[in-house]
Amino acid sequence: MMDKINWTQWIIIAVSLVAAPFIGALIAGLDRKVTARMQGRKGPPVIQPFYDIIKLFSKQPVALHKLQILYAFLHLVFMMLVVVFLAMGQDLLMILFAHAFSTICLVLGGMSVRSPYSRIGSLRKIMQMLAYEPILILIIVAIYLQTDSFLASSVMSMSKPMLCSMPLLFLAFLSAVAIKLNKSPFDVSTSHHAHQEIVKGITIEYAGPYLGIIEIAHFYETAILFFIIMMFWQTNLYIGFGLETLAFLAILILDNTFSRLTTTWMLKYMWSIPLFLSIANIIWLWSK
Amino acid sequence: MFNAVSKSPWVVHFNCNSCNGCDIEFLACLTPHYDVERFGILHIGNPKHADVLVVTGSVNNRNARVLQNVYNQIPDPKVVVAMGVCTSSGGVFAGCYNILGNVDLVIPVDVFVPGCPPRPEAMIDGIVKAVGILERKRKGEIFPTAPKPLCKFKPSEEQSAEKTAIKEEKTV
Ligand code: SF4
Repeated sequence: MMDKINWTQWIIIAVSLVAAPFIGALIAGLDRKVTARMQGRKGPPVIQPFYDIIKLFSKQPVALHKLQILYAFLHLVFMMLVVVFLAMGQDLLMILFAHAFSTICLVLGGMSVRSPYSRIGSLRKIMQMLAYEPILILIIVAIYLQTDSFLASSVMSMSKPMLCSMPLLFLAFLSAVAIKLNKSPFDVSTSHHAHQEIVKGITIEYAGPYLGIIEIAHFYETAILFFIIMMFWQTNLYIGFGLETLAFLAILILDNTFSRLTTTWMLKYMWSIPLFLSIANIIWLWSK
Repeated sequence: MFNAVSKSPWVVHFNCNSCNGCDIEFLACLTPHYDVERFGILHIGNPKHADVLVVTGSVNNRNARVLQNVYNQIPDPKVVVAMGVCTSSGGVFAGCYNILGNVDLVIPVDVFVPGCPPRPEAMIDGIVKAVGILERKRKGEIFPTAPKPLCKFKPSEEQSAEKTAIKEEKTV
């Protein structure tokens, strides 16, 4: 492993830390624009998420207690840590744990207040984690089976694109991305578009700048997920970008055609079809 | 960039005692025909995330406290838009036994939108006006609350007599 970080790596880390939230915010803006167009509306400008963030930071900070603020910060910091690890090509398992801990911080923040909606949202977030974590682990296992290494940088050493050897895992990963981005039919923990049900779920008690921090962490997360999608065609970044666009459109169409379904349905679905697909892919890789 | 507040007003909608006419017209603003999201306006259900409070209907004894509570939960800077004549005078409900009357008895109102119900265009116009006030509030310029439309309603003598009769009945 690396014992010293040299200058180029410092620069790569700095650039990715700065660029990731911008990319995430742009994806969120495009998301809102394309969704509006799909529904026959004009939609907000693409840079709307930037306005939202600036506005949130100019609002009065209101928090119920200090611990809640700490959890929001931890959520952001661990998301940034994931970006740093990915930029350095570090251990994939470490990345997975940092990412899971970041989400757990959000859950703890939601559980630390007494609002029932926040608690319901947190419980559902745990169910969401339960639904998608196995697939992320199986992707790492598949990478290990092919490269004999858990390092993220080892992906670049593969001669063929990852999509050729793990197409079924890619399909399963798309479901996981839809869950992470809180898209219908998996939009259970925040109920992004149906605020009548649990209002805003897990973020209900965050206001002003603290909500802004959570939003920025979400932008980091979006950037990470789309970076991983791009890595499925690591040999040619242009094709990787095309793959990313296709995945983005597929998720938006999924979001606009389905209604929100229940947590139990989500868990049943994720633990049957995508998990089955992933395991089939692993068996195929293992027997090859 | 610094007038970002006016570019992403998030609206929370509170139905005081309305006949639902105003609420349905307000929801019509979200449809593709009017599409308020193009101004960055989002309709959210949580006062803690909101900048603009939209009130419909007149205040009654039950919901005055709730309205005050919702208003207090919105972080500063915030503005209040009152939709429909009910909010300014009690409208068709004025003089009912349970009605306190206009919304600005309970919370300060920045914009009154006239109409019963107001057209969606008028509602969007009201919110856009309120957003201007929001921006000035953020800059720290103190802004007066909206001039209230004149209330022409006066209960007839019969109604007043009836009301006092009901009150006396209750006290007895
Ligand atoms: S103003 Fe008219 S439409 Fe609106 S709540 Fe009052 S009575 Fe109903």
